[in-house]
Amino acid sequence: MNPPFWKKFFGPGLIGSLSATPFLLLMLFGFVAPLLCVVWFGLMPPKTFELLQAPTLENYRTIFEQTYFKSILWSLALAVATVIILLIICYPLAFAIAKIFRGGGYFITYAIVTSLFVSENIRLFGWVIGFMKNGVVGGTLAKYFDIQIDSLLYNIPVIILGMVYVYLPFMLFPLVLGIKMIPDPVREAAFDMGANRWQVFRKIDLPLSMPGVMIGSLLVFVLSIGAISEAKILGGQKVVTIASDIETEFTYAQNWPLGSALSTVFIALTMVVVFLTLSRFDLEKLLGKKSS
Amino acid sequence: MIVTRTQKAGFSLYAGLLLLVFYFPVFCIIVASLSERRFFSFPYPAEMMTTKWYENAIDSPQVADFVGISLRIAGLTAVVSVIIGFFSALAYARYRWKGRKTFQRLVLLPLFFPQSVLGLALLMWYNFLNITPAWWTAAIAHTVWIAPITTLIISIQAYGLDESLEEAARDMGASRWQILTKITIPLLMPAMISATCFAILLSWGNFALSLFTTGADSALPEWLYARMTTGYQPLVPAVGVLSVMVAVVFVIILFGIISWTNRKSRKSIASH
Repeated sequence: MNPPFWKKFFGPGLIGSLSATPFLLLMLFGFVAPLLCVVWFGLMPPKTFELLQAPTLENYRTIFEQTYFKSILWSLALAVATVIILLIICYPLAFAIAKIFRGGGYFITYAIVTSLFVSENIRLFGWVIGFMKNGVVGGTLAKYFDIQIDSLLYNIPVIILGMVYVYLPFMLFPLVLGIKMIPDPVREAAFDMGANRWQVFRKIDLPLSMPGVMIGSLLVFVLSIGAISEAKILGGQKVVTIASDIETEFTYAQNWPLGSALSTVFIALTMVVVFLTLSRFDLEKLLGKKSS
Repeated sequence: MIVTRTQKAGFSLYAGLLLLVFYFPVFCIIVASLSERRFFSFPYPAEMMTTKWYENAIDSPQVADFVGISLRIAGLTAVVSVIIGFFSALAYARYRWKGRKTFQRLVLLPLFFPQSVLGLALLMWYNFLNITPAWWTAAIAHTVWIAPITTLIISIQAYGLDESLEEAARDMGASRWQILTKITIPLLMPAMISATCFAILLSWGNFALSLFTTGADSALPEWLYARMTTGYQPLVPAVGVLSVMVAVVFVIILFGIISWTNRKSRKSIASH
């Protein structure tokens, strides 16, 4: 007897797409449609709030004629610096958590995960209190070491410190997952055959933990290129990033179409980087599923 | 792996130093929140320590408003994103279907997307739809970002789901609804509870998405940001510390659940 047609209808394939439907609807109406809206709004004449006018490329001309490329370059430079510094800081720690520590590894993991749940503004504000004139650092130096220093805030290194600080967990945990994938026997074999520590790092550790390195770098890159608070809270007005340029167009300047065009350029730039990286390896490996 | 004692000590020292630097700002905020002076300077004498800013913060109806809005956003976000995350985790990890590989990549997309731009995009979309932004529109924004995270959290457990249990129930004549409520949901319950905690925590601390999508209702991180950029106010560190304490309570619940499920699964493996 043939199974009734509805049984076939509820077969394994359909139940999968049915379960995916709520999520797909959320993405359609909460992600795809708003982004299309941004792209379309970028083509509207400047300083309007209406979406139904003849499209024009005027905003893009403004972007390329004025100095917006400067803030794009600043954002890129800050993001790249953050990624590189975090790779150097986090790799040894991730290695220790994945391969050396036992109970201590959990402690560090919990201590760092907890910080993720505190609003980044509050954590950045802690640095402001630490570094401002007569703050925790300045006050301590003046009282106990008799060194007078002015405020350490409002410069570029402090902005980078803020970004490194806020995005550290996003680099650390992918690295831990990546380094856990390195099989110990391979490392031991290399050592037995006379490889030195640097050779093992270059030829074994780094290539085998590459998925973690890539995911961590990508996450940090995307998060820090869109960062607003660090440059504002710690940097004063020293550097204008693309994200705060966009924010200005939407708030003080009230020029939504120009802000949208800027966002479109920014999204396109970010997406190119993300897709180039994501297309290069299999994500399922990192979630613990052996490739089927 | 074999490591010498000095190597281990070196790594421990490094980790300890990093943690100290990591918690330095938190220490600074606590110190500042207890200082009586209106303009903070360090170090201050011990008799100037006070809890009055905490009392002010708790008594302030304005702060209570922002907390209420943040809680409402976090609650709605958590409920919706866990329900959506439950089903999409099944699609992600459990069922074989045609679009699965693409779906798995799609899930990650909102996470790899700058949040402030997503918030702006939603603002324009609401404007286009003639919706006035309010706390619930911010909850939608948070859900777009948090539902992928809940999906991933529940997926990790769904990968370990014993398919034979569902099949056995089906063979014994259980309906799809019965399998869902009697087998699948109870088995994935620990992951769903952790996902709920994650969702509440991430929504509670989120600023970039709320900035553009809350409209006239302001969430707590937005209020703090506005106060921070306009000069020092002693109320800000106090509210900051209080907000951290709320988060810590949820973190303790979350870690309790995680270690409880780990112990349980280890026991069940041992008993097999």
